[in-house]
Amino acid sequence: MFYRENGQFKSSYRADQQILPITQDRIAMLVLLLAAFVVVPLGVSDYWMRAILTPFLILSLAALGLNILVGYCGQISLGTGAFMAVGAYAAYNFQVRIDGMPLIASLLLGGLCATVIGVLFGIPSLRIKGLYLAVATLAAQFFTDWAFLRIQWFTNNSSSGSVSVAGLNVFGVPIESPVQKYLFCLIFVVVFALLAKNLVRSAIGREWMAMRDMDVAAAVIGIRPVYAKLTAFAVSSFIVGVAGALWGFIHLGAWEPAAFSIDRSFQLLFMVIIGGLGSIMGSFFGAAFIVLLPLFLNQLPGWLGFSISTALASHLETMIFGALIVFFLIVEPHGLARLWSTAKEKLRLWPFPH
Amino acid sequence: MKLKSLALTAALVASTLGALLAPSLAQAQAKEQFFPLLVYRTGPYAPNGTPWANGKQDYIKYVNATGGINGVKIAFEECETGYATDKGVECYERLKGRPGVALFDPQATGITFALTDKVPTDKIPLITLGYGLSASQDGSVFKWNFPLMGSYWTAADILIQHIGKKEGGMDKLKGKKIALVYHDSPFGKEPIPLLQERAKQNGFELSLIPVTAPGVEQKSAWLQVRQSRPDYVLLWGWGVMNSTALKEAVATGYPREKMYGVWWAGAEPDVKDVGANAKGYNALALNTSGTQPKVIQDILKQVHDKGQGTGPKDEVGSVLYTRGVIIQMLGVEAVKRAQERFGKGKVMTGEQVRWGMENLALDQKKLDALGFSGVLRPLSTSCQDHMGSSWARVHTWDGAKWGDMSDWYQADEQIIKPMVKTSAEKYAGEKKLTRRDAADCSS
Repeated sequence: MFYRENGQFKSSYRADQQILPITQDRIAMLVLLLAAFVVVPLGVSDYWMRAILTPFLILSLAALGLNILVGYCGQISLGTGAFMAVGAYAAYNFQVRIDGMPLIASLLLGGLCATVIGVLFGIPSLRIKGLYLAVATLAAQFFTDWAFLRIQWFTNNSSSGSVSVAGLNVFGVPIESPVQKYLFCLIFVVVFALLAKNLVRSAIGREWMAMRDMDVAAAVIGIRPVYAKLTAFAVSSFIVGVAGALWGFIHLGAWEPAAFSIDRSFQLLFMVIIGGLGSIMGSFFGAAFIVLLPLFLNQLPGWLGFSISTALASHLETMIFGALIVFFLIVEPHGLARLWSTAKEKLRLWPFPH
Repeated sequence: MKLKSLALTAALVASTLGALLAPSLAQAQAKEQFFPLLVYRTGPYAPNGTPWANGKQDYIKYVNATGGINGVKIAFEECETGYATDKGVECYERLKGRPGVALFDPQATGITFALTDKVPTDKIPLITLGYGLSASQDGSVFKWNFPLMGSYWTAADILIQHIGKKEGGMDKLKGKKIALVYHDSPFGKEPIPLLQERAKQNGFELSLIPVTAPGVEQKSAWLQVRQSRPDYVLLWGWGVMNSTALKEAVATGYPREKMYGVWWAGAEPDVKDVGANAKGYNALALNTSGTQPKVIQDILKQVHDKGQGTGPKDEVGSVLYTRGVIIQMLGVEAVKRAQERFGKGKVMTGEQVRWGMENLALDQKKLDALGFSGVLRPLSTSCQDHMGSSWARVHTWDGAKWGDMSDWYQADEQIIKPMVKTSAEKYAGEKKLTRRDAADCSS
């Protein structure tokens, strides 16, 4: 009964085309941002910030990047882990090889390197479609796995192939404590989410969606497939690359190529599918589902006071998690984001549904 | 109706979230020494991770059954990492804030690498017995890492010494071909610099054959072995990779007598599936196995006979189980040593445990008293040397059990020392650390 829009009249195009046209949504978003920026750093334990919220934010960012490619442009990719790895290792190389390189610059340059690789591996998308493209992008995964394991130069000749960064700071402010790391990632995520939201609302976003819905028709009305597909690959792998760099630099601190294995690619693809293809919000829902739920399931028996063996807890976690994926996909094949918007539709009419 | 259930779910989620946040706020005063146990009881490394974890847990139960550490009881909690670095980091963050936390044994080299940068700020020591970062032997750079009893460099060095001895002298290694079949991860790559150094000095030809983790697919690796016919194969595997490698060796007809595994490739789960076919396969041994040692007997009596054992009773005393017991014993002894300085019968902080770990002095008498006679050699650590001892032996699988222990070997200081120094220096340079001075050492 609080969520309805009668009385809110749009008198200009500007007002009509806002990201959040309903006042209540704007208020909710403000509250959410306030909570994320102020309440969380003040009131949440270090464990939550460091081990749950920071990885959640970074993987949301990666899912967001993938969603642009898969959800908006309809190009299935299994190379996300690879693009993350390129971002992370490129940023690492900028950081160690150039003295006094600012952190943000190396992260963004890492993203740019991922863009180049992403576009390169996106070229086959001009000829192959659907599942075949997915298999083709697998090549990116295997190639980067090989490159970072075998070419010593990328890992600064580290004997074990594991690289690490330390002493991160932005304009002299160290990024050390959980709060600093969390806020650093949060700023990245908020900025990129806003950029992505505006991109998909703009002309280029509509080109991507036209490409996704029917590429022949899109080409007929004058959309260049080369341009549309490759820009989607570029934007997507840029965001994914930055997320990869954040994952290595901020979350892990020291990493090996296994951190960006094929499992990561699958995990991100599942996030996008479960969260909702073609929805910015969905990327966050998907990341929350995949990152938070297993942790929750893993620790639930302990909170409820059952003492079960570690192995059983871990098996149960996997089983319940799998069952929930099936359940959600049956209930709403369009993902959690659609579930969310259905709920909102219902709330608008409540308590007099028709 | 639907909305009601939605509201109900929301309330449920909110209340569990509340419960979730609550324990972190109440930081109770520690009355027990807490040992966080990072384990993997599922996944491709579970066959090896499980006995290790069981040994650690049983020793804690045994210490508690016999009165704790000078009266201080030990609390513990397991966290499943699945050998994955990101999960391990999450477990570390989850458990590090517990009251009375003593130390971490990450049970994985990848997790160790990630935690090495985190422990100095959290002031919790890492015990990485026989694994982890080889350079962390240098305690004046790696203040919080303790690769007790050996690293991958000492392991590789001892294997080469043993092969040299078998050939009848190190000079006989000249022109020989030695292949390293390794797990393609930091774990498997760590020994490479040492082997390259050895190859240069002793004049053998080293070929590197990587196996993609977790190592269930090794056809191409063994094709390479078959083509190049090396004189010896060093096996640097963990979990399912070891038994798969042995099966492939049987299939390609590579003699098992010429295969030498690291101490992580020399336990029962590695050879059991292959059984009699693996006869003659050798591996490094950090410790003995079997139920003869007094401490194992005591564990059987105090823990398993009372029905409190962690794993199956017939696995008690297996190679990795015993290693788990040793690791836990060293952790407990570090706490005991710290209590000698900071107050007997008190719960030690991570910093105090670190001091205890750095000043361990386990001579034969102490080991005998603890029931570890013959299981391991005495060891003593110092500020410069965080390893304590690098003695190891080689044992052989006779088709049914591990046995036929060789003489003790010690890693060659002249090779290890400069390598540890250079790479510790490199690490310190990258991280902009300075070496600890004498004052820091004695604190």
